[in-house]
Amino acid sequence: MPTEPAITPELVAEHNLTPEEYEGILELLGRAPNYTELGIFSVMWSEHCSYKNTRALLKGFPTESPRVLVAAGEENAGILDIGDGLAISFKIESHNHPSAVEPFQGAATGVGGIIRDIFTMGARPVCAINSLRFGELSNANVRRLFRGVVSGIAHYGNCFGIPTVGGEVYFDKSYEGNPLVNAFALGVLRHDQIARGAAKGVGNPVFYVGPATGRDGLAGAAFASQDLTEESAEIQRGAVQVGDPFMEKLCMEACLELLATGAVAGIQDMGAAGLTCSTCETAARGGTGIEIDLAKVPQRSPGMTPYEILLSESQERMLIIIEQGREEEVKRIFDKWDLPWAEIGHVTDTGQMVVKNHGEIVVDLPAKKLADDAPIYHREATEPKYLAAVRAFTLEGIDDLDDPTAALGKLLKWPTIASKNWVYRQYDHMVRANTMVNPGSDAAVIRIKADSVPGGDDCNGSFPEKLLALAVDCNATHVYLDPFEGAKAAVAECARNLACSGATPIGSTDNLNFGNPHNPELFWQLKESVRGLAEGCAAFDAPVTGGNVSLYNQNPEGAIDPTPTMAMVGLIEDAAHVTTQWFKDEGAAIILLGEPLDAEDALHGLGGSAFLQVLHEQKTGTPPRCNLETERTLGTTLLGLIQSGLVKGAHDCAEGGLAVALAECCFSELEGRNTPRFIGAEIDLSELECDRLDALLFGETLGRIVITTSELDSVKAIERAKLMGVPARRIGTVGAVKGAALKIKSTTGEWSWEVAGLHDLWWNSIDNAMA
Amino acid sequence: MKFAVLQFPGSNCDQDCVHVLRSVFGCPTELLWHKEYSVGDADAVFIPGGFSYGDYLRTGSIARFSPVMGAVKEFADNGGHVFGICNGFQILCEAGMLPGALIRNRSLQFRCEHVYLQTATHDSPFTGQIPEGKNLRIPIAHGEGNYFCDDETLQSLEANNQILFQYVDAEGDLTDHANPNGSLANIAGICNAKRNVAGMMPHPERAAEAALGSTDGRLIFESLIAALKPQSTLAPA
Repeated sequence: MPTEPAITPELVAEHNLTPEEYEGILELLGRAPNYTELGIFSVMWSEHCSYKNTRALLKGFPTESPRVLVAAGEENAGILDIGDGLAISFKIESHNHPSAVEPFQGAATGVGGIIRDIFTMGARPVCAINSLRFGELSNANVRRLFRGVVSGIAHYGNCFGIPTVGGEVYFDKSYEGNPLVNAFALGVLRHDQIARGAAKGVGNPVFYVGPATGRDGLAGAAFASQDLTEESAEIQRGAVQVGDPFMEKLCMEACLELLATGAVAGIQDMGAAGLTCSTCETAARGGTGIEIDLAKVPQRSPGMTPYEILLSESQERMLIIIEQGREEEVKRIFDKWDLPWAEIGHVTDTGQMVVKNHGEIVVDLPAKKLADDAPIYHREATEPKYLAAVRAFTLEGIDDLDDPTAALGKLLKWPTIASKNWVYRQYDHMVRANTMVNPGSDAAVIRIKADSVPGGDDCNGSFPEKLLALAVDCNATHVYLDPFEGAKAAVAECARNLACSGATPIGSTDNLNFGNPHNPELFWQLKESVRGLAEGCAAFDAPVTGGNVSLYNQNPEGAIDPTPTMAMVGLIEDAAHVTTQWFKDEGAAIILLGEPLDAEDALHGLGGSAFLQVLHEQKTGTPPRCNLETERTLGTTLLGLIQSGLVKGAHDCAEGGLAVALAECCFSELEGRNTPRFIGAEIDLSELECDRLDALLFGETLGRIVITTSELDSVKAIERAKLMGVPARRIGTVGAVKGAALKIKSTTGEWSWEVAGLHDLWWNSIDNAMA
Repeated sequence: MKFAVLQFPGSNCDQDCVHVLRSVFGCPTELLWHKEYSVGDADAVFIPGGFSYGDYLRTGSIARFSPVMGAVKEFADNGGHVFGICNGFQILCEAGMLPGALIRNRSLQFRCEHVYLQTATHDSPFTGQIPEGKNLRIPIAHGEGNYFCDDETLQSLEANNQILFQYVDAEGDLTDHANPNGSLANIAGICNAKRNVAGMMPHPERAAEAALGSTDGRLIFESLIAALKPQSTLAPA
């Protein structure tokens, strides 16, 4: 065996550890680490595993509510009570850096990783969503990344058999070369099925299950915690893992079957930092020690060193601690699923993580300190200089529109606003036969039925079915222009989307995608965003149950827009409350809930708007302010109206403002392949006071929802909303125009668009760009 | 009447089939593990969608050699009814129990969307209860659903009325534009010459409850259930 390299300052630096951190290691151990131990510290103390730069900030998140059964940070994912003894576990996680280097496998293994986090908790994964960001589609390399990421997600999710029911995709130059891939999964379990990732019971055997360990994904966690450089693609391709969704399916089924036997004392997936992280974290949680022998670990390549075996991120592997004497059950179940397994060690009472190789000790580290005592940094934060110019921006140089006809078409065609059918038609969004609202409405809706629960039986037909809604949102342009308000707005948009589908928020998970935290301006963006998310989640009683931090998202051109992606889950009480965004019946009344304009916003909602970006090529201006109190009232009021049976459809105003929302209501219902349903509308905005037509139609003032009711119910709905303190106005009628046209009248004129023409621009935009 | 739903390790629509057969139609239904050598006392066998053994080499190429497929073949040879959905259709073709093959979609991408189907013949245990002229709205979800066979096979499929379903548009027109994957003659489903083995790419089990947006798939299940009832052999008028 080759001798291990000596520890030099250069080697320490290569492991992304600062001289101070290395001093900390010397102090913690009372001796110098060997090469393998240094590798272990480098991954365990990476941002990805330790949150060393963000831990202090994350403490501000609300994490408690009566529904919380397992809180953020306790385990691999949080768990929320959804009533009747049922619970859900969900989390979002990034795979940005791997996807930049190898988009297909990078994205595929991102999906695989988050699914493992969920079934590790004892839950059956039942749906996935994702949030993706790329540069502009005019760039060939961006198209390659976009195509690769989407097909990677499709490959993994479709084969595993998890429906990808929704998501969001943004295109902005700041993500060129550094795409964001944030994958979310949700699972279902009974309260009594919650599994823990703790190494409990001294003497209990430790099992390794899943495919053999190879050299793939070496130290991926450390790689994810560095800036991307020109050379990254070439040098670090080996740090990208290769996914096998079939293997993951077997692993999940076998683990759920094994958990049902009661033989499992603890279980943890081998994700970031593989065998290292799973052994030391389970021991740390259990307050125990753990001892394994690498010679017993199944290995794919000959001659792997302890360093390589411990830091490999080969996929679809699990670490399971079994109650002593019940080893046969592991063997029976894993043999049934034809999965490799090996008994590699046992739980000890020493508190040490001891790794042997053919009996010789190669690692001997204090597990709890390694897992929990990573350095915590309070980074310097300075308000970025660009914000002065952002705040100084006025509409003086922007001529108002005389005729909005072309502008609406341009906005609908803008890839960020355009239909994402090119993406979601590649995802199986219906497998498991639970998807009630498919991609293409404000939020996805799924039902939870007997077979959604591990080992589920139908309780003689009396299974308490549940309905869940899911949304993921973040307008990162707004966050860039005002991180605090933008982050609040991301939470508010999630909540609004849930309300539009008939759901009450119950919990959330965040994915913080930011640049290098050593840059004080970028760290300020992070700090302000976290503050905004925290306030938002508290306002909607949607505690953060877990999440992920991805820093160092930058390429040589600079950092990405700060992107605190927010995913939120809500409960729908009754199937009759499930609501979709599109117009349904001719003659229905169209009502705008919420104040059409924010009187205190000098830019009338145009700051950071899609309109300014697309029509004026300016990405600036103070974005709309987010009033959480108003948003909360808006949501509960809409829910009240939906639960009273008054609402036929609901759609919030987001990118592109009121006009884009109205157009989407006219054409977004899809009956089948190549078969959209078109319905026109006649809108009269002449009673709304606004100096500028562009702001009236395309401003992005927050807190606005377009609903439809029957003509008969419209007065009642408006009165009820007003009673709750929500401004409500009748602004038009569905299908009042012959031949499916959208007609909008304001004080300055009257315009009409053929719905089919608008739909064509919106529906085919991304398809055409990718052709 | 008892149903068996095969369960390969990578099956992922097995539970969906069981759910529909048990909860929607109240039929006793059991999962049948791929390592079994007998279909037991099942009256009909469903081969569900999914990725049988990962399907990395070619869909169904390994599944055809599984112990349970030997039993299914014997069951079918003795006149038993076998119905393959999506991956099940791919496996039946690969096993030689249905003619032709399912190759990559012409888009080279996976496709998941609701399509429209016309029933090409009502003379089968899988289509008997579908009303004349009724087009079905049922989702597809596959990357390899492009039906292909040689000219001779296609002629015999047509001559023997073995084509069960064809992709049409919402108006019911059989056009190339309505074809989601490039299938020959817009074929979405076929049966064997003996008419007891059938396969289709669309997923009727995902269109059997109003909550999921379409109940058209029920007609296919109802057809099979009716065909398996002893008295139904006396009908129709």
